[in-house]
Amino acid sequence: MLYREAGQFKNSYGKDQAIFPIRQDRVVAIVFILLALALPAVLHDDYWYNAILIPFLVFSLAALGLNILTGYAGQISLGTGGFMAVGAYACYKLTTAFPELNIIVVFLTSGLFAAAVGVVFGLPSLRIKGFYLAVATLAAQFFLIWLFNRVPWFYNNQPSGTIQSPPREMFGVQVIGAAAAPEFRYLIALVIVVIIALATKNLVRGRIGRSWMAIRDMDIAAEIIGIRPLQTKLVAFAISSYVVGVAGAMYFAVHLGAAETIAFDINLSFRVLFMVILGGLGSILGSFMGAAFIVLLPILLTNLFVGGLGTAPATAKHVEFIVFGSLIIFFLIVEPGGLARLWQIGKEKLRLWPFPY
Amino acid sequence: MPESVVFFAEVVVGGLMAGVMYSLVALGFVLIFKASGVFNFAQGVLALFAALTLVGIMTGTVPLLLTEYEFLAMPAAVAILLTAAVMIGLAYLIEFSVLRRLVNQEPIILFMATIGLAFVLEGVGDTLWGSNVKVLDIGIPNGNFEIGGMLLREFDLFAAATAAVLVIVLAVVFQKTKVGRALRAVADDHQAALSVGIPLKTIWIIVWSVSGFVALVAGIMWGTKSGVQFSLSLIALKALPVLILGGFTSVPGAILGGLIIGVGEKLAEVYIGPFIGGAIENWFAYMIALVFLFFRPQGLFGEKIIERV
Repeated sequence: MLYREAGQFKNSYGKDQAIFPIRQDRVVAIVFILLALALPAVLHDDYWYNAILIPFLVFSLAALGLNILTGYAGQISLGTGGFMAVGAYACYKLTTAFPELNIIVVFLTSGLFAAAVGVVFGLPSLRIKGFYLAVATLAAQFFLIWLFNRVPWFYNNQPSGTIQSPPREMFGVQVIGAAAAPEFRYLIALVIVVIIALATKNLVRGRIGRSWMAIRDMDIAAEIIGIRPLQTKLVAFAISSYVVGVAGAMYFAVHLGAAETIAFDINLSFRVLFMVILGGLGSILGSFMGAAFIVLLPILLTNLFVGGLGTAPATAKHVEFIVFGSLIIFFLIVEPGGLARLWQIGKEKLRLWPFPY
Repeated sequence: MPESVVFFAEVVVGGLMAGVMYSLVALGFVLIFKASGVFNFAQGVLALFAALTLVGIMTGTVPLLLTEYEFLAMPAAVAILLTAAVMIGLAYLIEFSVLRRLVNQEPIILFMATIGLAFVLEGVGDTLWGSNVKVLDIGIPNGNFEIGGMLLREFDLFAAATAAVLVIVLAVVFQKTKVGRALRAVADDHQAALSVGIPLKTIWIIVWSVSGFVALVAGIMWGTKSGVQFSLSLIALKALPVLILGGFTSVPGAILGGLIIGVGEKLAEVYIGPFIGGAIENWFAYMIALVFLFFRPQGLFGEKIIERV
């Protein structure tokens, strides 16, 4: 009853090509974004921002980036952490070299560096496929982390080897840096995530997105119908790395505030990959759902075991590992299509409700 | 011999020995990939789990309580047998709770499931046996001796011999026996194998047991060398470049790949490392593998994939 597109006629090309062609989807999306924007007016709890909302936004963006590559173009990558590090260090270098540059511009530019690096490491993808490629992208992961550790220029010769997010202002309020209020850091993250998510949503349904999916589904067949595999794959690597790089820049500047290379190690790559798989391969919404799941789950488990049951933190950590691993396996068994697929099934049911079929 | 030549030879031999250790881990990967098409990320954790269990049994530790009783302590040989039994039980459990339910899924889904499995095993291992660093000593000779001016370690030779025996046995089983053929059929296509009457369950239990055993051997070697601790599970990452270099489906490839990576890594560390800041071991292996892949995308001995629309 509530969710039915009957009676909504697409009588112009513009309507036919809308990002959200169904009115209910459009309304929900807009309401959701408005609510998210209005949130800082009512919520003033630092814990919520620092531990849940900001990491959720940052990881959503990272998952979105990886989803472009893995979900849409079908190239498995385990180098996400490395590309995020490129974004983070580019952001640090840019903002310390040009302090008066607007921080949003800095974020968006640091993605370009990650994109360039992504293209270089994407070059083997023409020859190498599947798990061979996945392992090859690990080369990017380890090499980049090593590079940022070894060359003091990247962290401005700081003796500690840490990069610190410097204070930067927008509209007269501090938005990043140690003294920035979490509300403003949340807002800046939100704005960037919404813009990039909409742009990506737009991209994947156009010519580029379709050529990615053709390559993913069967690369030889795609090549035969005239899709150039090298270009298509490299564009996927570039755009994916761009988004991942922006996410990395925000991970460092907005979420962590200060970072060392250890923050971008292989575990980060796996975390983002988990989000993509659990959320749903080849789904924008899925990236957000996966990020929410992976960010929230450890917090829930810790609260449950340490806060609720009073387990010792060390034991709780081990039990957390077990529960986390089991849940991942459980989800894969129950719904390999991810949370986005569950959502889709729910929507189908909603269309017919209250009738079973 | 001039000193530089001896030094070079020493580096090469050291690299070969390190390579053997990598091969041992890579072997476990290859077995499972070859026989079930699963890229088993949990192999490193399997090795850790096996080593933890072995130490636990040898010291007579009671699982969960972590108290040691002298009368429960077992001699090494008995402990190894018991651990092998545990690994077989584990293989059965994995088949029952994970693999059986993911038949005919996309490879990436199975891959993710094994990462989940790695988390579970890590948590279970630490909960059962404690997370402190343990010493593993099953009486492998550990002296040094000299040949032509080079210093060699008996332990390394022992590891090499073990690896050689393992590979020969596995190669024979895979190529010459009925089980081996069934394994290869399963790797090709789950459903097709099922439809010609190959018992998928049994095959999976067999192959996970065997790779559990290989993990045990790898766990013993690495555990003896550097202590049984969490970082043992990270040797999986060391084995990955070996794997792509040798080809996912080739047992000899795992060995040769391990040797190439081992030698290349050591040579690079000694001769190139000082010029670019050292500690390049982490990524150099991947670079070697990547360069190789440009010329042979299936690895050295991987099966050539013929693609059709």
